[in-house]
Amino acid sequence: MTATHTLREQTTARASWGRIWAMVLRYWYVIRSSWPRTAELVYWPLVQMLTWGFLQSYLAQTTSFAAKAAGLFIGGVLLWDILVRSQLGFAVAFLEEIWSRNLGHLMMSPLRPSELVAALIIVSLIKLAVAMVPVAVLAYLFFGFNVLGLGIAFAFFFLNLVIMSWSLGLVSTGVVLRWGLGAESFAWLIVFVFLPLCCVYYPVTTLPAWLQPVALALPPTYVFEGLRGIVLQGVFEPVLMLKAFLLNLVYFAAGFAAFAYFLHSARVHGSLVQMGE
Amino acid sequence: MQKPTPATNGRTGPPVEVRDLRKVYGDVTAVDGITFELAHGTITALLGGNGAGKTTTISMLMGLVIPTSGEARVLGADMARERHKVLHRMNFESPYVDVPMRLTVRQNLEVFGRLYGVRDIKGRVTASAADFRLVDLLDRPYGKLSAGQKTRVSLAKALINEPELLLLDEPTASLDPDTADWVRRKLEAYARSRGATIVLASHNMAEVERLADRVIMLESGRIIADETPRDLIARFGRSNLEEVFLAIARRGAHEAEALT
Repeated sequence: MTATHTLREQTTARASWGRIWAMVLRYWYVIRSSWPRTAELVYWPLVQMLTWGFLQSYLAQTTSFAAKAAGLFIGGVLLWDILVRSQLGFAVAFLEEIWSRNLGHLMMSPLRPSELVAALIIVSLIKLAVAMVPVAVLAYLFFGFNVLGLGIAFAFFFLNLVIMSWSLGLVSTGVVLRWGLGAESFAWLIVFVFLPLCCVYYPVTTLPAWLQPVALALPPTYVFEGLRGIVLQGVFEPVLMLKAFLLNLVYFAAGFAAFAYFLHSARVHGSLVQMGE
Repeated sequence: MQKPTPATNGRTGPPVEVRDLRKVYGDVTAVDGITFELAHGTITALLGGNGAGKTTTISMLMGLVIPTSGEARVLGADMARERHKVLHRMNFESPYVDVPMRLTVRQNLEVFGRLYGVRDIKGRVTASAADFRLVDLLDRPYGKLSAGQKTRVSLAKALINEPELLLLDEPTASLDPDTADWVRRKLEAYARSRGATIVLASHNMAEVERLADRVIMLESGRIIADETPRDLIARFGRSNLEEVFLAIARRGAHEAEALT
């Protein structure tokens, strides 16, 4: 038996978790190696939280509604940042492969697309924790807003927001796979089109009648409606979370299908071998 | 010098079978119906000018590009449809594809070892580092290495799973002569000792003459020559492969051969 055969015995095509773990390690090494990147993860959520927190404090002094609705803006911005940071965490981890001209090696390796997606999901959660835990703590210290005070509702909000972020991440990375770095801005900006539509800071009824069905077709809308229900009426409506979850299942399936389609299209058009910085 | 007989290690079926392979991008035909088979333990060079179809052919062998028609089978698998059955038995190196810059050499080898399902990663990384003179570089970021050092890391990565099939795209491009020679010796030793099959695309004719058992020359996506370097040089009546290449590039295969 040759050394090649011996090594092949140790080498299996089914080491799926091993490959996912390899990719998580790869991204973790990048996060660990650069403190500016870690600081960058916290920077914008912190700026946003402080801005909206101070605005809310000011409004609370001048209007009775804002005084009654303490936490409406800070809660909104924290939940919104969960969606944004998770989507960016997913997409930017993938962009790292193109910036470092490593995509060819990955696509040529036994790593399967589903394993890459699983790794990106895990990394998005790690980046989210790095970004949002300090910001949530500071929101409590500065403005007395305890996101965990939302109780079980927070778990449902979090779940629905991260699933939506992964769906957006799948579509945006798929577009970059197919069209290369020319479409990079799409990965950075896609989530922001949902800021006005998901009614982060105002009720759905604020939108024009023709736009409301669009808002109600988006899972995050139910999360922000749910937040307002808790802050303004002290009521948590599980049915809103169920609707969001069911919509999320559809969005995630569509996102994965889009990613698979764009990957196939990239192999047809030869764009995988042309990518680089 | 007569090259040693390739080792097959008892394997059956060619490691690479290409049948009527064609790739069309819009109105450009990159590869135009090529057919060839490679034997186990051989080193085959794909030659041709820019745009001849070398990279597209290698990309189809890796499954990164889906053919318009025809078939590329590697280690028995159709690379358009079932490449994941065999990707752990192959590997790839190119100076135009990097490993992550911010990761250290050790981290890179560890990550790729895990991706390829190699057990005893630490032992394998240690052995690779010794083999490729990387011991002192293990904890330095890949992005801070010189071109020659990067090539040694890329080769260590390409051999981390001791592949049966190794695809190389210009493996010594932009290397100084000493490092390039070291790389060639490494590749030659690997292929001969492991019975591995190597396919390389190169513009360095001296390299091809030294390493390759067989040359497949492409022009406008078609095979215009497929023989040993020695036979090719003899057929065109030249003294080395570089002169053959230049003659074909400037006059076309038929005219260059007619002039002999």
